[in-house]
Amino acid sequence: MFARTALLVLRKDFAIEVKSREILYTTLLFAVSCVLVFSIAFVKEGEPLEDAAAGILWIAIEFAGTLALGRTFERERYAETLRALLLAPAPRAAVYVGKMLGILVLLAVVELLLVPIVALLFHAPLFAQPFLLVVLLAVGTIGFSAVGALFAAMLVRARSRDVMLPILLYPMTVPVMIAGVRGTSALLQSPADTPMAVMWIGMLAALDVVFITLALWAFEPVMTE
Amino acid sequence: MSSFDETPDDREPVERSKDVTAVAPDFDAVHVVDVSRHFGRRRALSRINLMFRSGDIVGLLGPNGAGKSTLISVLATLGRPSSGDVRYGDRTATQLGPALRRRLGLLAHELFLYPELSARQNLTFFAELYGLNARTVVEPALERAGLCDRADDEVSGFSRGMRQRLALERALLHGPRLVLFDEPFTGLDDRAVGIVSNRLRALAAAGAIVVVATHDLDMADGLVSRIALIREGRLLADEPAASGLRARYRGVVGGA
Amino acid sequence: MRKAFVPLLVIAGAMFAYAPVMIAQAPFESTMGLVQKIFYYHAPSGMIMLLAALVCGVSSAVYLWGRKPGADHVAIASAELTALFGAIVMATGPLWAKKAWGIWWDWDPRLTMSFVGWMISLAYLFVRKYAGPGSDKLAAALAVFGSANVPFIYISVNVWRTMHPKTSVVPKLPPLMAGPFWFSFTALFLLFLLLMTARIHLEQQRAALDQMYLAEED
Repeated sequence: MFARTALLVLRKDFAIEVKSREILYTTLLFAVSCVLVFSIAFVKEGEPLEDAAAGILWIAIEFAGTLALGRTFERERYAETLRALLLAPAPRAAVYVGKMLGILVLLAVVELLLVPIVALLFHAPLFAQPFLLVVLLAVGTIGFSAVGALFAAMLVRARSRDVMLPILLYPMTVPVMIAGVRGTSALLQSPADTPMAVMWIGMLAALDVVFITLALWAFEPVMTE
Repeated sequence: MSSFDETPDDREPVERSKDVTAVAPDFDAVHVVDVSRHFGRRRALSRINLMFRSGDIVGLLGPNGAGKSTLISVLATLGRPSSGDVRYGDRTATQLGPALRRRLGLLAHELFLYPELSARQNLTFFAELYGLNARTVVEPALERAGLCDRADDEVSGFSRGMRQRLALERALLHGPRLVLFDEPFTGLDDRAVGIVSNRLRALAAAGAIVVVATHDLDMADGLVSRIALIREGRLLADEPAASGLRARYRGVVGGA
Repeated sequence: MRKAFVPLLVIAGAMFAYAPVMIAQAPFESTMGLVQKIFYYHAPSGMIMLLAALVCGVSSAVYLWGRKPGADHVAIASAELTALFGAIVMATGPLWAKKAWGIWWDWDPRLTMSFVGWMISLAYLFVRKYAGPGSDKLAAALAVFGSANVPFIYISVNVWRTMHPKTSVVPKLPPLMAGPFWFSFTALFLLFLLLMTARIHLEQQRAALDQMYLAEED
């Protein structure tokens, strides 16, 4: 019942998103705008700063992800459908997993666009180690989504929720950012510092396990009024 | 006790998907035992003791802010009491686990419908969420709601009445034993009110426990078999409904 | 703790009064002169901040899963003190750093960890104040995640950069410096205990008051 419920929630969110693609398109555009703004801030004498590519990529993911989380859960707030989901005859943590997977998929699509754009704008050899980069992005995005989905769900009935989410999320995802940026930087060096990148990937994997476990335990107590 | 796998007015057995939860616990009485709920120093519910039986239509009556919605939340396992507990049969929600929710149905003021999805998609989603065979339950539900011709239109384009009818079917799709309605009559026209009332009567006749929280005394009159009067979190009366509901309400709860 | 409160308060007061004397008498460190003496405030405050954060994390976990209201009182008291001692650390650190290393700030493990931990404690207080109903459980979840984060922040920044004295300086303090250091630490620790007691007491009074309001209506 657990996996089934999670997948039903995911499929439902997918069905809603496919109709208008509103959150997808606006998040993509926002992410690209982020990159633009940061590039302008970090360009010196017409040349992009070295090492800026890694940082800007992950900042754009974090900012875009935070916005997308807020808007995804705003949908569940509209007709209080989140309550209906909590009424399903399955462990409530399954609803959390479904939501987390939804954000993960959305961010994966965003990253698919963002990586080539950043590579282009910063002359960064992001495709030198494609496999490792994909794994790094995956474990990092999972960590972000794991905490993000929990906090965004918690905040659905809270006041000041649109500013609360960044306030809660940004400090909490500092290790994800550090590992992501440093790992990406390692991959961008020539030759790529693969052992270092693998170390960061390992750390992120451990972090993901801890975050997801905590979230699965915390979801029900936190969502019960 | 007839198996509650039957939808209340169809008497057709509802086919289940193969991998549904194990036998969902059933019960024929719900006991609210000394339930209190407070938020800081604001008391929402104060030592409520009630018992509902299968076949009852209980009117939870009281002015706005009396605590009706809080009690409904607690009954639906969406909120936990600060003290006391609720027994479904003879066990609490914690003991029964998530499977208990197979037997609970809630329709609140917020309709729990996804505006971006069509009527059919909404019903299909919730049917599958409850482990029902969507193919067999969704069409009859659409018919009962009178929405067959608009089944594939997005709910955002529906009128309030249409949404209410759809929400009603959605809440009752899985044939719950305990049916909780929080202000079900808001914004309904006469005909719709009649439809909802008849539906509630049919549910109770088929063995459901129906709890209706409302401040609309005219609707409650003639529909409910028991009344529980609440004001400021306190239970003031719990008795079989009789004629002259409004007078009784005024007498116990006070005017306006 | 209640009965010992006033005597301990007196002792703490006396210690704070005497501490500057001790610190002034402590020998000057070879390179930095007077500024080094910030260390006597900074390092103990850092240790106590960490302690407070740990207490907050544990009590939040107890509150979230055990639903004991007493745990919530401890959690909010320790969160406030994390923020307070964190502020001391964040203020005194750069003052010391500028003189010792020539820069105000650096992104080494301890600094980053302290800064993020401090921000999380501030976020905790914000949530409790501004998030409306249910904010106690939200904040508890935040504290639990924040505590779980600490080892990862430490590890990640450790691999990232290092400039902060790597080996712990404290065990190797010369006796003339160790004296004032542990004296300062004890004074600050006493202060921490006193503030915790007072704050928890305040929360308990608040809860008791709420109970009386509720009982009065019965």
